Amino acid sequence: MLTRWLVVLLALLPAVALADVHEFKLANGLKVVVQEDHRSPVVVSQVWYKAGSIDEFNGTTGVAHVLEHMMFKGTKKVPAGQFSRIIAAAGGKENAFTGSDYTVYFQQLEKSNLPLAFRLEADRMANLQLTSGEFSKEIRVVMEERRWRTEDKPQAQVYEQFQSAAYQVHPYGRPVIGWMNDLEHMTVADARAWYHRWYAPNNATLVVVGDVDPQQVLKLAQQYFGPIKPQALPLRKPQAEPEQKGERRVTVKAPAKLPYLLMGYHVPALQDAEHDWEPYALEILAGVLDGNASARLNQNLVRRDQIAIEVSAGYDLTQRGGLSMFLVDGSPSDGRSVDDLEYALQDEIGRVKEDGVTDEELLRVKAQVIAADVYQRDSMFYQAMQIGKLESTGLSWKFLKDYPARLQAVTPAQVQAVARKYLNDDNLTVAVLDPQPMDESKPKHQEVPHAHR
Amino acid sequence: MLTANKLLLAACVLLLGSSVACAGLPIQHWQTRTGAEVYFVENHELPILDVSVNFSAGSSRDSRDKAGLAGVTHHMLMLGAAGLSDEEISRRLADIGANLGGGVDADRASLSLRTLANPRESALALELFGKILQQPDFPQAVLEREKARIISGLRESATQPESIASKAFYAALYGSHPYGLVEAGEPETVAALKRNDLTDFYRANYRAEGAVIALIGDVSKDGAAQIAESLSAGLPKGGQPVNALPPVSNPQAGKLERIAHPASQAHILLGYPGIKRGDADYFPLYVGNYILGGGGFVSRLTEEVREKRGLAYSVYSYFMPLAELGPFQIGLQTKREQAEEALKLVRQVLDKFIQGGPSEKELKAAKQNIIGGFPLRIDSNGKILDYLAVIGFYRLPLTYLDDFNSKVAKVTTAQIKDAFARRIKPEHMVTVIVGTDAK
Repeated sequence: MLTRWLVVLLALLPAVALADVHEFKLANGLKVVVQEDHRSPVVVSQVWYKAGSIDEFNGTTGVAHVLEHMMFKGTKKVPAGQFSRIIAAAGGKENAFTGSDYTVYFQQLEKSNLPLAFRLEADRMANLQLTSGEFSKEIRVVMEERRWRTEDKPQAQVYEQFQSAAYQVHPYGRPVIGWMNDLEHMTVADARAWYHRWYAPNNATLVVVGDVDPQQVLKLAQQYFGPIKPQALPLRKPQAEPEQKGERRVTVKAPAKLPYLLMGYHVPALQDAEHDWEPYALEILAGVLDGNASARLNQNLVRRDQIAIEVSAGYDLTQRGGLSMFLVDGSPSDGRSVDDLEYALQDEIGRVKEDGVTDEELLRVKAQVIAADVYQRDSMFYQAMQIGKLESTGLSWKFLKDYPARLQAVTPAQVQAVARKYLNDDNLTVAVLDPQPMDESKPKHQEVPHAHR
Repeated sequence: MLTANKLLLAACVLLLGSSVACAGLPIQHWQTRTGAEVYFVENHELPILDVSVNFSAGSSRDSRDKAGLAGVTHHMLMLGAAGLSDEEISRRLADIGANLGGGVDADRASLSLRTLANPRESALALELFGKILQQPDFPQAVLEREKARIISGLRESATQPESIASKAFYAALYGSHPYGLVEAGEPETVAALKRNDLTDFYRANYRAEGAVIALIGDVSKDGAAQIAESLSAGLPKGGQPVNALPPVSNPQAGKLERIAHPASQAHILLGYPGIKRGDADYFPLYVGNYILGGGGFVSRLTEEVREKRGLAYSVYSYFMPLAELGPFQIGLQTKREQAEEALKLVRQVLDKFIQGGPSEKELKAAKQNIIGGFPLRIDSNGKILDYLAVIGFYRLPLTYLDDFNSKVAKVTTAQIKDAFARRIKPEHMVTVIVGTDAK
């Protein structure tokens, strides 16, 4: 019965084949990818730099992200604070984000304002002014951000320690936000060196999705970004992670109530979209374990055995570093321990290795992939994100076209094979949150009548 | 991934003086035979259908000793219906790639469905959706399991500064008003909930009459009408109409609450009862708040607290309009040692704004953003579905979106100053600081 639905579904699918995507390269090396979407008179513009925490060095961890903040601190033509005001005055939204593989700046605008976004982005690609005055204020903001994201979030601390233990050589072991001590000692010169090292048209991809004409976008890109000179980019060393030879365990103690367990296995990322098959099988495996509420982990551990209150599994196949992690995490139910939960998770993994997965499970995961491929067309921003991420991790937007078919081609035997090959104890890192009672066992409330001034 | 500033609560707009029309959204509205209100936008650009069904069944329907009942009832709807187990429901949805969603806030409980619009998938998805809405089983064993999960989550929240601050803020601001109840409940009240409580709550609050069905996507008007009829036909009928909420009374004295916590940052919240949906002061307060703390990098609070002094990563203010006065809230997090300095500064910024109002230049910039950004508000089916639900649930005019820009354009600096002065009393505000040493 299941199978029949799917056949029908697949037959109908090409109706929403990949929309019109156009790719150009300017003489200075800037790659431009444009996807037309005429549903609304809006446009999203994103500039993706291949510069993330993966490219940092010890002692200045977090500099990629600090520079992202500093990119709003002004050029000769557009003084500090004006970037946001100009975009706001055009009715736009703008922001930026930094990951391990890239740093991204974006604007969302009514379509006639696209030239404005290009003018401002091109200006700060080449003309950023980095002053110690602005830096000294902004680095405090970044340290507040680190406190908010990591220092005071027990599970975030577990993740940081997990990465650090799992990757002993590869830069993925370092937090994107940087170590606090590195932030405390960072100088404007560090930010400047980073900017000069990586901010160049030949290290960037411009992604535009919206109600636009690709040829017009190309013309605008040439007009604004064309004059920027390319520069020689430093050689990137692979810094490959040596094979792990035995289980690693870390514990984090922090004020909390709920224990938390994070397990991860080293696995490959996609490098050759044409010939690799393991990453697709790992993606399907993640779906079989946690692709929907009735998938194995939730169904068996949360609903049936009630060992966990929450469990999940995940895998990201697009990583510029060429390697990835297969992650499984969760929190035990009241009265159960992290050991119980780990045992149960290992048991689920063992079942895949021994007995494989069913056709029915595979079809279910694939049905969701197909639907998600349609649903994502409702968000221009998301579509631009996908293109930018692929282009910045050594793949191509063209991968989007083949992706559903690649997943469709995965067999139960392949899923079992990757589980057997990679999900082994010697390749495993386990991080655990050991909840600590707070100093004040019960938060003390103090209420005083208060006058505002 | 890290972002330079938090994405903001969206605002609406049109280029000042330009004639860029806010293209009218063709909303069709009718009632089903059982008295549900339907709001529909036909859109064939993507083979997707989105539906949400909204009930006046939010946490303000809870009583103090049964706090969490609205949330647990909503949560349990999807975990057993018409004899189908939670597993069977999840499987059937996954097999056709349909997504079930929804949420509960103080006023409203909603369930939503996104499905491929193909006849076969949409029929199966809608049939299941109808069962979930109309024939929930609330299985006893599942209820016990979910209560235990929820209680674990509540106990964890009680240790985390953000949740502690939010809970204390609502309690201090609303006192005994139902808006002061924590949506998720308390460990003790959730533990005490019985299956009968859920079935009673469901029958009283998930009624066909007054339910709001929002629909957008690849379906004809006739198709939408059939869907709305079948979704509403089997909902509970009759009974007493849901009681109106009591009005919110404004605090008559300021209140400052310090809660000790070992976190490195203090979490600071300030607030006062704000506005209702459809409030006469909505537009002056909305536009004014953009200038004060709603407009991201360009707001006064961000400029003073973050840009000039580096005291916080995120500082914001917002009005959350509800059926009765929803909160006006200012929030920030800062290193605990500088909490007092940051709080003093925030109060200065607020005082100055309330006493002096915005400048003409600030108002112009705010209007440019809000009006010019209008197309971004309705650039996806998902966003439009949310608007349809809000327009329907709060009985806003069908032209709410069409009129938005002209109402924003008419706001003056004097109106903003006047509205803030009448509505927000800084000296009577509630302040919560979590993460200080209790002194």
